[in-house]
Amino acid sequence: MKVSLFITCLSDAIYPRVGEAMVRLLAAHGVQLDFPPVQTCCGQPSYNSGYWEETRTAAKTILKAFESSDFVVSPSGSCTYMVHHYPELFKDDPHWLQLAHELEAKTYEFTQFLVQVLGITDVGAHFPYKVTYHPSCHGSRLLGVREEPMTLLSQVRGLELVPLPFAEDCCGFGGTFAVKMSDISGAMVSEKVDHIKETEAQVLVGLDMACLMNIAGNLRHRGEQVRVMHLAELLYEGVGVT
Amino acid sequence: MNPAQSTQGTVKERADVALNNDFLRNAVKFTTERLRSGKQAAATEHGNWEEWRERGRQIRLHTIAHLDYYLNTFVENARKNGVHVHFAPDTAAATDIVMTIARHKQAESVVKSKSMVSEELHINRALELAGIETIESDLGEYIIQLAGEGPSHIVIPAIHKNRYQIAELLSEDAGEELPPDTTILAGYVRRKLREKFLGADIGMTGCNFAIAETGSMVLFENEGNARMVTTLPKTQITLMGMERIIPSWEDLEVMATLLPRSATGQRLTMYMSGITGPKRTADGDGPEEMHIIIVDNGRSEQLGDPEFQELLNCIRCGACLNVCPVYRHIGGHSYGGTYSGPIGAVLTPALNRNVAEWDDIANASSLCGACYEACPVKIPLHDMLVYLRRRKVERGHGNRWESLGMKGFAVLMANSKRLALALKMGRIAQKPVVHDKGITIKMGPLKGWNTYRVAPSMADHSFREHWQELSEETRRTAPPMDAQTRDRMEQILRQRRASGITGGQHE
Repeated sequence: MKVSLFITCLSDAIYPRVGEAMVRLLAAHGVQLDFPPVQTCCGQPSYNSGYWEETRTAAKTILKAFESSDFVVSPSGSCTYMVHHYPELFKDDPHWLQLAHELEAKTYEFTQFLVQVLGITDVGAHFPYKVTYHPSCHGSRLLGVREEPMTLLSQVRGLELVPLPFAEDCCGFGGTFAVKMSDISGAMVSEKVDHIKETEAQVLVGLDMACLMNIAGNLRHRGEQVRVMHLAELLYEGVGVT
Repeated sequence: MNPAQSTQGTVKERADVALNNDFLRNAVKFTTERLRSGKQAAATEHGNWEEWRERGRQIRLHTIAHLDYYLNTFVENARKNGVHVHFAPDTAAATDIVMTIARHKQAESVVKSKSMVSEELHINRALELAGIETIESDLGEYIIQLAGEGPSHIVIPAIHKNRYQIAELLSEDAGEELPPDTTILAGYVRRKLREKFLGADIGMTGCNFAIAETGSMVLFENEGNARMVTTLPKTQITLMGMERIIPSWEDLEVMATLLPRSATGQRLTMYMSGITGPKRTADGDGPEEMHIIIVDNGRSEQLGDPEFQELLNCIRCGACLNVCPVYRHIGGHSYGGTYSGPIGAVLTPALNRNVAEWDDIANASSLCGACYEACPVKIPLHDMLVYLRRRKVERGHGNRWESLGMKGFAVLMANSKRLALALKMGRIAQKPVVHDKGITIKMGPLKGWNTYRVAPSMADHSFREHWQELSEETRRTAPPMDAQTRDRMEQILRQRRASGITGGQHE
């Protein structure tokens, strides 16, 4: 059974600790991840900007990388959802379309994989902090990952989960949106951080490093001490497997 | 015209005006929050919201797919009821029809109820140029008319103004100081409008739904002004977008369930009027003559376009505006067109067919999908925004630097070795500007980002560089997979094979 890690470019370059936490956490449950090194990026930056020809180039590396995998697991709901656009990109190309449909069916976001595939809701973690959760838009709204992270968090010993006001509101990242419309994006992330501060949480947890990078950047800019973590990191740290 | 609603400049420039206007941002936040929580509560109370959303979507899909048939049925029936029906392919034609009727009636004044189509056509301007007094009778519309602005929200046109600003405008109108008390302000407008209703030669309305089976038109409103507009003046002109049709009164039940709840969280608006033709002999009131002008103005261009036809399903409830995190910060005038928010960002370019000029609005979205989730007929606006961006690129209107950047992106992403090398080079290049794993310089693409954030530095080693070591470590330490987990996974694989490739979500 080949379970492959789709690391995503952000976790590869900036947050390898997230991938490492996933690999070790899953290994502790007997899942040896495979890492096809030919993978690059899902192509979302070019897709969302309207450059679909360029997106096809990136998408092909992903389709090839995971052609022989039985399961693909990724630390991002957004990149996972991007795979769902692949059939649309290759609708006139039967070979790639076939691969696109296959990849769509076998790719899971990290918590989907834990809960739906492995049937794990309690990893035995202990994390005695006040935590708030930001549901990223693509993961929760488009991919439909809503229950899984809540289930996993509810099983963590010592963790106090405080609801985030207006949690479902976008953090303002939106890929190139944050660069092109930087002032609107800035207003959105500032408001998100205001709400995080209202919770008085020590830790902000989420499922998508792009959104978390955006929020963490604003927290640091404002000198706030809230720690920002991917749920995989939190769970891994909580089980203390080092 | 207020500079904030000018169509000049870019959406970014217009948004900057709004972002620096705290009155506007607070007013918009206050009301959109109230509306969206109201909608949420109404949907929850309804109990079967998702099912009714799907019913609504199916009705709209069906109607638009057979729009020619239902339009014909509607027109035939409306004519049988004694209505004069006109078709207007564009703004000029619609204006012409209105002006011809007004001249024929020797009209000196027109009183209007709220109509987005009339805003789209800028009909007030045309009437006033001809010396015909034109009065908006919806409170919000009356306010923005005094301010010389267009609507900044589909349902709440003056959403960007607080009561102090409104008191100021109305005081000027009244020629006396009115206190910022909503009851007193509304009382003033009510008194003033009574005279206008009684004296108007023409009543002009929009149309929420046109019922094909009886040739009737339906209006939803809360102030009773539309009822005045459709009963007091001797002539009624109704402007309707050609897609306002639904087949039957039975379908209206679904729409009447979805529209008020989605718009304001109400189970039903205070007034819902169904109008079937002009005054009949036995009727106590109503117009003696009734005209319906069916406006195309770019709508038929969407028919048969697989990516945009669903735009015509919109029932103009404004729910997508109320949940949009971008709209919330920049208000409606930043969108530069009659329609604002996510629906405006797609509808305006689509109706204008001018991709080069209009599609910068499509960039004013983080593609979060809140609009789609809120839409009572499930229009995939977040996808349409991407299609607009793609069409601009395909037609060669893309930004040159962005286009070059994307070509570079494709070159890197085509080959993981190139990507790995680029990561290495990036790590070296970032050294002079990294402090404590953060980058604060405000240059190039980091200028906007770092105005609000500290950018993270690239990690000391990428994941792929560490993979070999990590893989060996887990191979040494990890337990074997237990039989139960293996069974689960194998079962999923079997199910996947058995069901063929569905391409759906994992359940």
